Amino acid sequence: MLGISPSMALRFEVLARHNRARASRLTLPHYEALTPLFMPVGTQGTIKGLTNDQLEDLDCQIILGNTYHLALRPGADLLDTIGGLHKFMNWPRALLTDSGGFQMVSLLHLADITEEGVTFQSPVDGKPMLLTPEDSIQIQNKIGADIIMALDDVVKTTTTGPRVEEAMYRTLRWIDRCIAAHSRPHEQNLFGIVQGGLDPQLRDICLEGLVARNLPGYAIGGLAGGEGKDAFWRVVAQCTAGLPEDKPRYVMGIGFPLDIVVCTALGADMYDCVYPTRTARFGSALVSEGVLRLTHAAMATDYRPLDSSCTCMVCKRYTRAYLHTLVTKEAMGSQLVSYHNISHMMQLSRNLHSSILEGRFPEFVQSFLQKQFPKGDVPDWVCNAMDVAGIDISMCRIPQSA
Amino acid sequence: MEFTVRACSGHGRVGSLRLASGLEFETPSLLMITRRGLPVVIPPEMLMDLHPDSRACQFTPMHFLEDPLAAVVAKAGGVHKLASLTGFAMVAVARDSLGNEIAGEEASNLGASFETSSGRRIVGLEKYMEVVNACKPDLWVSLPDEVPHWVPEKRNRESVDHTSQWLDHCLSLQHAEHGNRCLGVVVGAGSLEERARSAEQAATRNVAGFSLAGFGLGEDVAQRGFHLEVAIAKLPNDKLRHVCGLGSPEEVLQAVGAGIDLLDSTYPYMLTKECLAMTFPLKMEVPLRNADRDMQPTPDHGVASGFSLAKVNLRSATYGGGRIDETPLVTGCKCYTCKRHTKVYINQLLNSNETLAQTLLEIHNTYHYLEFFKAIRESIKADKFHEFRTWFTSQRVFGMTYDVSESFVA
Repeated sequence: MLGISPSMALRFEVLARHNRARASRLTLPHYEALTPLFMPVGTQGTIKGLTNDQLEDLDCQIILGNTYHLALRPGADLLDTIGGLHKFMNWPRALLTDSGGFQMVSLLHLADITEEGVTFQSPVDGKPMLLTPEDSIQIQNKIGADIIMALDDVVKTTTTGPRVEEAMYRTLRWIDRCIAAHSRPHEQNLFGIVQGGLDPQLRDICLEGLVARNLPGYAIGGLAGGEGKDAFWRVVAQCTAGLPEDKPRYVMGIGFPLDIVVCTALGADMYDCVYPTRTARFGSALVSEGVLRLTHAAMATDYRPLDSSCTCMVCKRYTRAYLHTLVTKEAMGSQLVSYHNISHMMQLSRNLHSSILEGRFPEFVQSFLQKQFPKGDVPDWVCNAMDVAGIDISMCRIPQSA
Repeated sequence: MEFTVRACSGHGRVGSLRLASGLEFETPSLLMITRRGLPVVIPPEMLMDLHPDSRACQFTPMHFLEDPLAAVVAKAGGVHKLASLTGFAMVAVARDSLGNEIAGEEASNLGASFETSSGRRIVGLEKYMEVVNACKPDLWVSLPDEVPHWVPEKRNRESVDHTSQWLDHCLSLQHAEHGNRCLGVVVGAGSLEERARSAEQAATRNVAGFSLAGFGLGEDVAQRGFHLEVAIAKLPNDKLRHVCGLGSPEEVLQAVGAGIDLLDSTYPYMLTKECLAMTFPLKMEVPLRNADRDMQPTPDHGVASGFSLAKVNLRSATYGGGRIDETPLVTGCKCYTCKRHTKVYINQLLNSNETLAQTLLEIHNTYHYLEFFKAIRESIKADKFHEFRTWFTSQRVFGMTYDVSESFVA
């Protein structure tokens, strides 16, 4: 049932399928997770204000830490001395770290990519510094997460021209350097990242190259950056079709529930995004119908819970009206909305897993779309993606000309 | 509501307070701070299990004056239901040091004057009682005309008169079905005669207890002691006494020593905001340490014997074999934070400006302060309150807090 490779520290068992969608068990060194799943982003070893107990109550299975921030503070060597990020945070479940490259490119002034690695100015003293694939893996080895990401050459999806091809080939060259530098293959799973922009040929080459390396898992990168939805789903569809059945597939940077449902239908298993907690800070709650703007004046007299189908602590205790009075005035307001939003994403994860497992995935998708698009205005890109996924959503869609 | 004095030590007393809701707890008791009904940073669902005594909260009616929150709390059926804190004592205190300080120097017949985050405002009696009745607190303080000690005599006398009239007016406006829950305010600021007069007047009213006001405004500590004594001497022994504006450990000890039963205090939160963890010892049996020696937290059972302000340079910790402090804020502390996390982790959160740092610190600081109040009650029961107070204030010189932000320099 599974491909066993000497460089693996996980077991991935597909428990049920519906066409391309799968419900699986992902056994990692620190935790046995069920996919599809959403991973909240923890930046420096914490999800905005939530305690470990709260994260466990919310059923968070894998949390993402940012290598760039952790390397700066508290530093990889300190984490190594302590025994890793799990011990430092006292987090008993699974962790995933990114390579650090993406953050550098997006956060740092004058970051540049060469064959050697990512060059940038140190944020501490402005001196020129270099992050190589070897550096990234060594740091991630010290942090000790269950899943670590290869350093890839990532370009904006809106980039065109030879840079996209250059980045894809460099990513393949760098994966070999990452594999060679990885000193803990039996404790940490190195995932490769498929690049190639929006070009199917480039994506194919990258897929072939990464699959040949027989890695424990694969990510689909270079998306969620401003490309059109139509291009987005096609890349995901192509990649899931080209990746091995028996290994987890992680679409990076995806957090809108609609995108997660579509990607799951197309065969992906794991997702991460800052969106749920970030949008909470602006007073927006994720609900079945979409996004609820708590700052809106109408909320002041709305005595319902955030989401009538949500069973989280916030929805059990507080009304929209009360939260409306809190969100702009008290830190506790956005804390509570963050809590709910994470709960929403974890409930979505559970719903995806259980509906596939129990053979009612199409019904779940239909119900999901009907709640999000009560007027039947399901976007074309979703319809096209569901076609490819083999899921009938005709009853969700009212032709707009009717 | 029932209040019974159980033990005394000097003027300090331990009482048991049983509210109409059925909730029962021992005094002297700390009232934890809330804003708009909720704790400032502690997750509300963690409040119940934070500490065995974490059941009593303060809130200020000033937060509920205006719509939409005024309408929302009324519709919810009170502040307990609004904030989902049924099972807690919610005590309405007009003045709170997190943003509604008194601005009592101006005279006004219209109502009390407060400095709020949105400027100075006058709160009239009808409005105040409308909010109190909508909030349905377990106990509430009558509307005070509170003034600092330096105001002219005439103004001081006026404040005593206003406060007494307003107490009567508030009592006439309270909802009958809420029973006797009023804490009548006693003012008097700079004059012991006026203080006594205010207390005498309040003592004759049909109230559940009293709230002593006009403190924590820069007054001389000895003067404060006289005012507390003079006021309490005029108050019946068998009724509750609350004081607002006093919150530091010394102020708590002074107030309890004079006979106070309830205090709302922002002290834990003030420490949290400064990235400080409360570490002072709670047990008299611990021998005092030599102040010259570098003090380290010892692995004693449940006792913090000091603190370390030694600055550990993170670089030296990693390259020079120096110590990374993986001990909790207070060794042996049973709070959520100390059972799960280390100083080095909390330091990392602080340096990264993560709000979780505040949450974890506040949980610990609140827990530690509740332990302090428990130690006070134990000392009263053992008739050793005076010794406890002397011991505590003398070891104060060795430091009270651990500065988490300074302990590691990255």
